[in-house]
Amino acid sequence: MKSTAPLFFAFIVGVIVLLSEFIPHSPFNQIVSTLEGWFMIISGFAILLGQISLIRMNTHKIVHKLDNWQYHLAGLISFGLMLTLGLLWGMQETPGILGDAPGIQAWLGQKPFDYLFDNAYLPLSATLFSLLAFFIASAAYRAFIIRGLESNLLMITAIIVIIGRTSIGTMLTGWLPENLQFWHFPNLADFIMEFPNTAAQRAILISAGLGIVGSSLRIILGIERSYLGGDK
Amino acid sequence: MKLSAMVERRIIYLVLLVAVALPLLFPIGWKTEVSGYTQMAYDLIENTPEGKVVIISFDYDPSTMTELQPMGEAMIEHAFKRDQKIITTALWPMGVQMAEQAFDKVLRDYPDKKRGVDYVNLGYKVGGMVTIQAMGRDMKEVYPKDTRNTPYEEIPLLANTRRLKDVAWVSSLSSGVPGLKEWMMVARDSYNVPVTGGCTAVSAPGFFPYVNEQRQLTGLLGGLKAASEYESLIGRLGTATTKMDAQSVAHLLILIFIALGNIKVFVAKRRKSND
Repeated sequence: MKSTAPLFFAFIVGVIVLLSEFIPHSPFNQIVSTLEGWFMIISGFAILLGQISLIRMNTHKIVHKLDNWQYHLAGLISFGLMLTLGLLWGMQETPGILGDAPGIQAWLGQKPFDYLFDNAYLPLSATLFSLLAFFIASAAYRAFIIRGLESNLLMITAIIVIIGRTSIGTMLTGWLPENLQFWHFPNLADFIMEFPNTAAQRAILISAGLGIVGSSLRIILGIERSYLGGDK
Repeated sequence: MKLSAMVERRIIYLVLLVAVALPLLFPIGWKTEVSGYTQMAYDLIENTPEGKVVIISFDYDPSTMTELQPMGEAMIEHAFKRDQKIITTALWPMGVQMAEQAFDKVLRDYPDKKRGVDYVNLGYKVGGMVTIQAMGRDMKEVYPKDTRNTPYEEIPLLANTRRLKDVAWVSSLSSGVPGLKEWMMVARDSYNVPVTGGCTAVSAPGFFPYVNEQRQLTGLLGGLKAASEYESLIGRLGTATTKMDAQSVAHLLILIFIALGNIKVFVAKRRKSND
């Protein structure tokens, strides 16, 4: 029963949603509309579930002093702090349990949650993503080596796109006459993006699309059961 | 002199840091050319009549704001210039704050624009594509209130906007899933609403196939370069324009690193064969 019920519901819901795409009339449109509402409610609960899971996982690592447990403690404290500040005084124009905290706002210039969001979360998050530039530069030096025909082609394409996607490309070949504009770096980069790239991307997209159809059918028909958890 | 991999890496990091920091501190002012994809997105907004209601969805978080935030600000400014009414939504939780920050910045130059009349932030809603599908049927059902708890029916801007079909265009600034693709699949493919948007430079190649004859996407802003192109089109000296110098220098430096890496391997091979 524990695994049969989800399989049964997945089949019924899957078939209804599939049919509604081909028969967009009553009663299918009403049923699908209701199902969409259910989906949003369940998704909301999934966020709550994620938070509970985050607390459990981090607490486990801290209590058992597993590797790098200090980072998990920092994560948990940050989570608790933002949650508490948001609940107590709200964010932006939305008041919290204790109202809008005019005293704190006068001191910080904004609500505590917004202050931490703007001055801690935002720069930290952007910094982490920016670190990619350093890794890419280092990887380019170590790994982007010409070894054969394929890597040669890749290198030439990469150089054209890199130059073409910057202001330098515009400067380097901006002087070319009208009849040679195809060889202008930005135009060459656009050509690569528009034709070879799009052709390859379409092939990938079509394959992925077929794969999604296949795996969706497997889920609807109960062949694919990994979403139920367990080993099967 | 032979340097260890660790030292080499540190030198690369240091040189890159200096190369990126200098143009940010002392802008060079290099110009960029406007690509067809950016022009298409610009034309969509430019050619939409005044007074039309539009949606800009902030589907990203602060990690990608360097590339996407300038696009959001430029698109809001462009829509304000054309007197269009803006609804902002977010399929990512942090998108709400991103939208508010973009409005705060643009409103300094447009102090006469009023919340609820010229623009509204409907906030974040969980559910991704299903949320957009539900908006296609009834927007009020999905967003009963805006971020300031004003009920949908009391917001003047939304008086004649009941469903997705009532908006003139949708723009999704997207750094992943859910985002631009979901908007395109529902708003464009199911409801025939023109969809444009922006994404990070690394994900742009995956979206180019959708800028096709069927206009699944009406133009695309791919990365910081496109953001700076858009800024130049609307005559705004924004953050993308100033950051573009740093990005150009960084790209040039990466090319130099690639060349140096290859020279190093070539010399090592030659030495080995001589031995």
